[in-house]
This record gives sequence, structure tokens and C-alpha cells, in this order.
Amino acid sequence: MSRTAILYLNVFVIATCGLIYELLAGTLASYLLGDSVTQFSTCIGVYLFALGVGAWLSSFLDKSLARYFIEVELAVALLGGFSAPLLFLSFASLQFFSVVLYCMILVIGTLVGLELPLLMRILREDLDFKHLVSRVLTFDYVGCLLASLLFPIFLVPDLGLVRTSLLFGICNAVVGLWGTWVLETGLGGGVIFLRIRGVLVIVLLVAGFIKADSFTTWSEDQLYSDAVVYSQTSRYQRIVLTQRASGFQLWLDGNLQFSSRDEYRYHEALVHPAAMLTQRPKRVLVLGGGDGLALREILKYDTVKHVTLVDLDPAMTGLSARFPPLDELNGGAFRDSRVRVVNADAMIWLEQPDEPFDLVIIDFPDPNNFSLGKLYTRRFYRQLKSCLAEDAAVAIQCTSPLEAPRSFWCIVNTLQSAGFSVRPYRVSVPSFGVWGFALAQLKPFVVPQGCRGDLRFLNDRVVEALFQLPNDMQQVATEINRLDNQILVYYYDREWEIVR
Amino acid sequence: MVKTRGQSRGASAADLDRRDLLASFLGASGAVLLEGCQSRERDIGLPPGELVGPSVALGHRIRDGLRLSFPERELQATQVVIVGGGIAGLAAARRLHQEGIEDFVLLELEPEAGGTSRSGQSDIVAYPWGAHYVPAPTREFPALVQLFDEVGVFEGTDAVGDPVVAEEFRCRHPEERLYYKGIWYEGLYLASGASVDDHRQMTRFRAEMDRWVAWRDGRGRRAFAVPVAAGSDDPVVRALDAITMAQWLDQRGFDSPRLRWWVDYACRDDYGLRLEQTSAWAGIYYYCARIPEVGAAARPFVTWPEGNGRLVHHLYSGVRSQCLLGAAVTEVTPRQVEGKAVVDVLGVKAESQQLFGYRAERVIFAAPQFLSRYLIRDYRDNTPRHVTEFSYGAWAVANLTLSEIPQSEGFPLAWDNVLYESPSLGYVATSYQRGLDYGPALITYYYPLCDDDPRAARQRLLQLDREEWAEIALADLGRAHTGIRESAQRVDVMRWGHAMIQPRPGFVWGKARQLASQPFRGVHFGHSDLSGIALFEEAFFHGTRAAEEVLAALRGRVDSIL
Repeated sequence: MSRTAILYLNVFVIATCGLIYELLAGTLASYLLGDSVTQFSTCIGVYLFALGVGAWLSSFLDKSLARYFIEVELAVALLGGFSAPLLFLSFASLQFFSVVLYCMILVIGTLVGLELPLLMRILREDLDFKHLVSRVLTFDYVGCLLASLLFPIFLVPDLGLVRTSLLFGICNAVVGLWGTWVLETGLGGGVIFLRIRGVLVIVLLVAGFIKADSFTTWSEDQLYSDAVVYSQTSRYQRIVLTQRASGFQLWLDGNLQFSSRDEYRYHEALVHPAAMLTQRPKRVLVLGGGDGLALREILKYDTVKHVTLVDLDPAMTGLSARFPPLDELNGGAFRDSRVRVVNADAMIWLEQPDEPFDLVIIDFPDPNNFSLGKLYTRRFYRQLKSCLAEDAAVAIQCTSPLEAPRSFWCIVNTLQSAGFSVRPYRVSVPSFGVWGFALAQLKPFVVPQGCRGDLRFLNDRVVEALFQLPNDMQQVATEINRLDNQILVYYYDREWEIVR
Repeated sequence: MVKTRGQSRGASAADLDRRDLLASFLGASGAVLLEGCQSRERDIGLPPGELVGPSVALGHRIRDGLRLSFPERELQATQVVIVGGGIAGLAAARRLHQEGIEDFVLLELEPEAGGTSRSGQSDIVAYPWGAHYVPAPTREFPALVQLFDEVGVFEGTDAVGDPVVAEEFRCRHPEERLYYKGIWYEGLYLASGASVDDHRQMTRFRAEMDRWVAWRDGRGRRAFAVPVAAGSDDPVVRALDAITMAQWLDQRGFDSPRLRWWVDYACRDDYGLRLEQTSAWAGIYYYCARIPEVGAAARPFVTWPEGNGRLVHHLYSGVRSQCLLGAAVTEVTPRQVEGKAVVDVLGVKAESQQLFGYRAERVIFAAPQFLSRYLIRDYRDNTPRHVTEFSYGAWAVANLTLSEIPQSEGFPLAWDNVLYESPSLGYVATSYQRGLDYGPALITYYYPLCDDDPRAARQRLLQLDREEWAEIALADLGRAHTGIRESAQRVDVMRWGHAMIQPRPGFVWGKARQLASQPFRGVHFGHSDLSGIALFEEAFFHGTRAAEEVLAALRGRVDSIL
């Protein structure tokens, strides 16, 4: 390969790396600060500005261009390569995160901005200006295209942000190290020392790449404390994910939905008693549950042929794809070929359900407004009956029987009034407190047995105990929740007002 | 100020007059509302829509003396002709059909049956063009219970034997809310900020109503019953019809503004009349007729997204083959032919302009009474006085398709959403009743024109076109929902010139409606206006009653279901 060809390859790699750092900064900023439009647009703006600063500074460098080029390369490799881990670390304290973020973008941008002018001036000795400009810019833009395609399709989903950043750091360092041979004539003395530094940078980055997993864990353990790691306002609700040392939490409109630390207790209790009652669930319906955690439990059954998940908000059912830790927590449930997602209002969808289901898991947010309250009405449960197989089992989350006994029993009583046999049960979830569920079937039944052996929380003895309600959670009389009284919303408001 | 505005818009004096006119429809702050509206209009424009509406032009041609000649030998012989395909006409047809009479024809001017209970259909939801709910009937009106049962709205009977309405056919909770100075409140009575005296008057008013709910006459009849005909005609009850609701309130010292607003709203809502125009009998009827006994809950409203259109559909589907739609009756002539009394009915099909003629043994006149003077030959030259005593209110109804349910402050969206400071009745959240909480929405806006002179009201109604009524609806609702113009995709408008009979003082218990109910030479009258109040139950009652009169005449006897 000729010297020019090699240098063109360098342009290509440099351009790819440069855009990757920019995308990394933008993505991290929108992950961690929310509001992706603002974050992306400010990151791109600052980055492009810094490129200009670099280009301008390049005019002040006159002697030993090749050496400067290699120094810049190694600096970009180190800074860009470690940008994602550094930003994750700095996120521990929100107020400094933006400062670190924009400083880093400025420095990386300036260095990248130096690269191309320096390289073009080096190449000037080999080519006439017309061809030089055309080729360099061509490879630059092609590199950008490659980066912009690789980043969302391959890098983020498969490598993750931290490893992506380290990988492209390595690429930059390799270009720098290689340059010590290609441009050797222009380097003068001290070449060996430059090469040793190049190798050192590569070793550091490779080590980081290998230990990325433990780095992530370590940094989380050390530094996260209720930081907002994701936020989005969808058409229907405000979705926020926070992180603390013990795990991450999902909040919808300010109400806690789960904490990754103990959600398994909730979701095992929600799914498995009903699954045990149906015995061999084949066709499963999930209403709500866009976090995919109930799906994770359902998909443990090999008998399950397909699962239809009906959740109003595409932003919720798509959250796992955008926030990899959730995807990890739900075991990639949304990528399972048995799962079909329908984004619809469950009550409207129930007017034309497609098939009879053996198992129905209902995991709606608590009934704190009329649009949610209707999903707990007698009318809703009657509609539900039309899509149940004869032996179908239904499990429903029913808020806390300890904190909101009237709400809890109102749901149970309403289910009964719709013609279901109901057995209420409860579980302790440290992040929530005591939480209640209702297990229902169209015929009388006894507490199911035959719990699978691979669960973290449940076993047969525990399942039996769940159904034994303590004295402070005994049945209370309530009205039936109907579309035309929405009494549950009033019970719920009153009871949680006292708790708050 | 006005001048500057005019110049900046390049508006002519005529434009300004037009805007003053529109402002007059919006109450005290009308000009301000339109100002805000029109500054946005420049950027957004008025959403598209259609003017639907009764066939005014053809109707007015008939009024102005359209005469057709039709060869006598081509008259089609039929046992019964029903003139009018509103609820009364459909109920009459149903009753004939029930008794095995199939040789009848129902003639309706409009291309659809249903009258003011008609409905429309959009991509989002079916919607009403007029009447949109009926209080659940009780065991005291078995014929109506039977009808509702056929439509499938009941799920059993309660302890006293009244049918129980399934929850999906009731108003979705919350039923009502009221907008006042920036905030929505639950219910229709403005309780927030009420003084001790306001509350005291409200309690006293409820006690008065309870007294009337409990009242029975010597024959054990209620003062206010459904249908009206089942109630008492005791002089004590009839005396209420001599004064206005405002006078009744005055006499009892009810001067609380919010109480009076609440009662005024009830009168406008049910009768299209103000407090000062409504008979006290009708005003009290509104509060008492729905309550079976003191302490009992009021009968729930039965409703559907398309309003009473659901009932129209059911009634129509049973007699579809005997209905001729788009068929304008121009002349009803009772005569003697070969010693036998017959009634000739002539008319023209609205679309094809083709003439038609029937010779019937009996006619059921199920159109509003005011039409009798234009249609019945004998009434033309010699109009009976009682006919002229029937007066009808004018209404505008707009259906607004929105990109989403409007945001609001305070109490959340309800079935019925009323604006305290507006002359309109606010809107019904039609798509909400359908269960649609997200995405595109449809709301139905009602505006009664409560002029003292009903003819002036009709003029005011008809002088505004679709665009101007849309403008009024958007400006009016803009009080409570600032973004409504931006989210409006369509505004369709219906203008009802003769929407409802008006129970002004003296009418309900005057002679006119008794006289008008009497058959005239083979023509039997059956329409809600014969009860004095425009309710579905009354239309159904009088249509059925007229059909039973005809059955009795044809067959000698009939077992009444009423």
C-alpha cells in the first residue's frame, strides 16, 4: 500500500472515531439528563464549534507537523476512549456532570479538529491541492456515515456505551502508533519514545475494554444515589428511571413502579400463583406491564406458545430497547419471538380480543385517576370474561391491603360481583411495603400448588402462606367499582392521602 | 381600540358589525373572546366542516304554499299513513307493527329517520345531533321498559321491581362538571365559595322538591310523572303552570345567585328557556319526575355515544320497509269518498322531485303541531286557535372533532361539561362516553337560543352560517380550553329551527294541548309537543297513543300498553 493510501485510511478511521465520540457524548447526555433533543443539539453544536477551534489552532503549528499529528492522535485516543467511563463516573454528582461533559466535548473536538488540517498539510507533499481536498473530505464524510450507521445498529446494542468508547480509543491509538512508521521521515528524533507511549495507551485502553463490566458495576456501587438516569415525557405519562447503589427504579408520573433490587418478589408473586392454577399456560395475555418484568416470569414456562402484551404507551414497551439495563432485567423479554406487543387502551382492546387466553396477568398502575379507574370496574372485568378460556386464571395487582384496605377490597369485591371466584393474597416488597394481589377464576378453586423450583422468592410453602391474610388485612365492606361511580378512585385518593 | 383593530385587519364596517353580532351570542365577555379567537384565526384558520340540518328550503316552500296536483286515480290505497319519522312517528309505526298492521307507510321529510334524536358517525365515534340521553324508565311505564329491554340496556331488576341499567349504558363517571373563572368544579351547582345563606337556600330548595316528590293526589297519582299524562291534574299542581319558575323562586325568597343559575341552567338544558320564560310546573318537573320517592336516588341517565340515535336505530330497523325517507308531505286532506271517510296525503320526494299520493283510512300526524296549519287542508283557511299557541325553541348543535381531549384545570373531564358564564350549555364529551381517553376526541356542543320571541330566535339561528357558528363554538369553549382552536380538526353544525316545544307559563295546563290531541276527521295527532315538554318518553307515549287510537278505530278495540 502506498503512503497516500495509508494516510487516506487514517483519515477514514479518524473521521469515524470523531463522530463516534460526538454520538457518545450526545447519547450519554440524553440518557443521563433526559430531553434528548436539547442534549443532542447542544452536544453537536459544541462539538462542531470545537472542531473549528482545532482547525484554527492548527495554523499556529508550523514545524514537525508529523510529530504533532501523532501526539494529537494519542491524546484523542486516551480522552475519547475513556470519555464514556469518565462521564458515567462524573454523573455521580449531577451539578458537575454538565461541566465535565462540555469540557470533554470541547477538548476532544479541538483535538479532532486539529487532526485533519495537520494531515492535509502532511499530505500536501504528495498531492496537488485539488485532489488533496477532494479525497480527504470524501474519506472524512464516508467515515462519518459508517460511524452513524454502526453506532445505533451494532455498537450501542451489542457493545454498550463504555466499550464502544474504549474500542474507538484503541482505533485512534493504532493510527497514531502506525503513523510513527508511515511518517517516520518527518518525525526526527525520539521515535522510540513516541512508540512506547503509543503502546502504553493501547494497553490501557485494551485493559479498560476487558474490564468494562466490572468497571460498570463498581462505578454504580460506588457512586449512584437516586440519580435520574433516564427520563421521557410520552403522550401518556412521565417516565423516569433513577439509579442508586442497590439498583434502578421506574417511576410513572412520580409513582414508583418497581425497584430492580426487589421487583422479583412482586413479579414472581404476580405471575406464578396464576400460572400454577392454569397448570400449563399456552396463550397468555398481559394487560399493562410494559416494563416486561411480568413477561420475564411468564416466559419461564416452556408451555407458553404466545403472549399478547397490551400496554397503552409505546414509550413504555420500547423502554427496554432504549435503556439496556431494563432489557437485561427483563431478560430480553421483548425480543422473544413469542411476545406480541399491542399499544392500545386495554378497555378498548378488550372489545375485540382475539383468542381465549389461559392466563391473564393484569399489572396496571394504581387507580389514581378516572382513566385508570375504569380498568378496575365491574364492566372491565365482565369484558375480560369474554376472552378467557374455561380454566383460565387471572392475577391482578390491587395496591396495598395494609395502606389502602378499602381500595384493595373494593377491587376484590368488584371482581366477585363480575362473577369471578377470587382469592386475595399479599407479599412483602421492601421498596413498596406490603402489596396485594387477587387471583381469580371463573369457578371456585383452592390455593394452587406445584411451584416451580427455580424461583428466587417463591416455593410451595411461601405460596400457601401468601394467601393467609394477617388480622390487620381482613376483608372490609366496600361499594362495587363501576364506570358510573368510579368509587375506587375516591377510596384510593383518600387512603393514600393519609399515608402520604 | 376598535378602530385600530379594524385597520390592522383591513376589516370593513360590515365585518365589524358581523363581529359585534357574533359577540352578542357569547354573553358579557363576547367581544374579548372573539378578539383572542380571531388573532389566532389569522395563523390557524377555521377548521373545515359541514352545515347539516333539516331541509329548511323545502320546508319553507311548503309553508309558503307549495301546491301539487296529483291524479286521484293514482292515489295508492293504504290503511294508515304516518306523517313524520321522529320518535313519535317511529313509536306509532312500532305499535301498528306489533298489532300486525303492515299496510301503512311512514313519510319523513329528512333523508334519515329520528327527528331531533338523529345522530352522525365519524371515524372516531358516533355522535348525537340532538337528544342524547333518557332517564331510565321505571316499572310505572312498562311500554318504555319493554323498548329499552329490546335495546339491551338492562341487567335485571332491583328490589322494588324497577329495571337496572347496565353500567356501560349509564353516564360514565364523573357525570358533570362546571367551569367558573379558570377552574373546573365537580357537579353543576357551584358549591365552591358558596355562603352559609347559599347553602341554606339550596337545602330549602331540595326540601321543596322532596315535598313535591312525596305529593300524591286523591287518586294516588304523583304530581310529576313520566309520562306527563300519568301525573296529577289536581288544581294545586296546575296552579304551578300559571307562573314562571323565576316567580316561583321569588315567592319563596330564593335569591341565591348560584341557586338561580343552577335552576336557570336546568330550564335551558331541558326546555331551551330561561328561568323567566319557563312555567314553574316544568321547572319543578325537571327536578321531581326522575325521583321515584323521597330519599331514593334519581333514575340514572341511559346514554350512548350517539345519544338517542341508538334508540332511533332500533325503532327504525323494526319498520324500515314501511318507511319512505326524503318524502315531504305537502297536503293532508280528509274527505268523504262514496260515503266513506278517507284522508288523502300528497307529497314530493325531496331528491327526485317525484310526486306521490296516498289514500288512507287513517292518518297519524306525528309531526310538530305547527305544521298542521300548512299541511292539513282544513286548517289552512281556518287555523284553529290552539295550533298557534304551540311555540318552539331554536337550537344550534356543533360536533367538534379534536386532535385530543382539551387540557383543563381542576376537576377532570366529565360526561357533561358546563360553562357558568356562557349562554351555551357547554359540551358533552361524546368520545369519552365511548371509553376513549386518549388520542382524537369528539365533543358535542349545545346552544339554545332563548329569545322571548321564538321567531326572533329562529332568525338569529339562521342568519349565521356554518363558519359563524363554528366561530362561536370555538370562542365559547376557548374560555375554558385555550388550545381548542389549535386542536380542532372539524366543526360540523346543525341548526334546529323548531327543536323543542316550549313549556311557557299557561301552555302545559292550558286548553291548547288538550284540543290539539283530539282527532280531526280521521287524522290522529301524536307528537311530544302534545305533552308540553320535549322528552323522548313523551314522544314515545304520544306516538303509541295515537297508534292505539287508530287501532281502536280500525278494529273496534285495542289492549293498550300504556
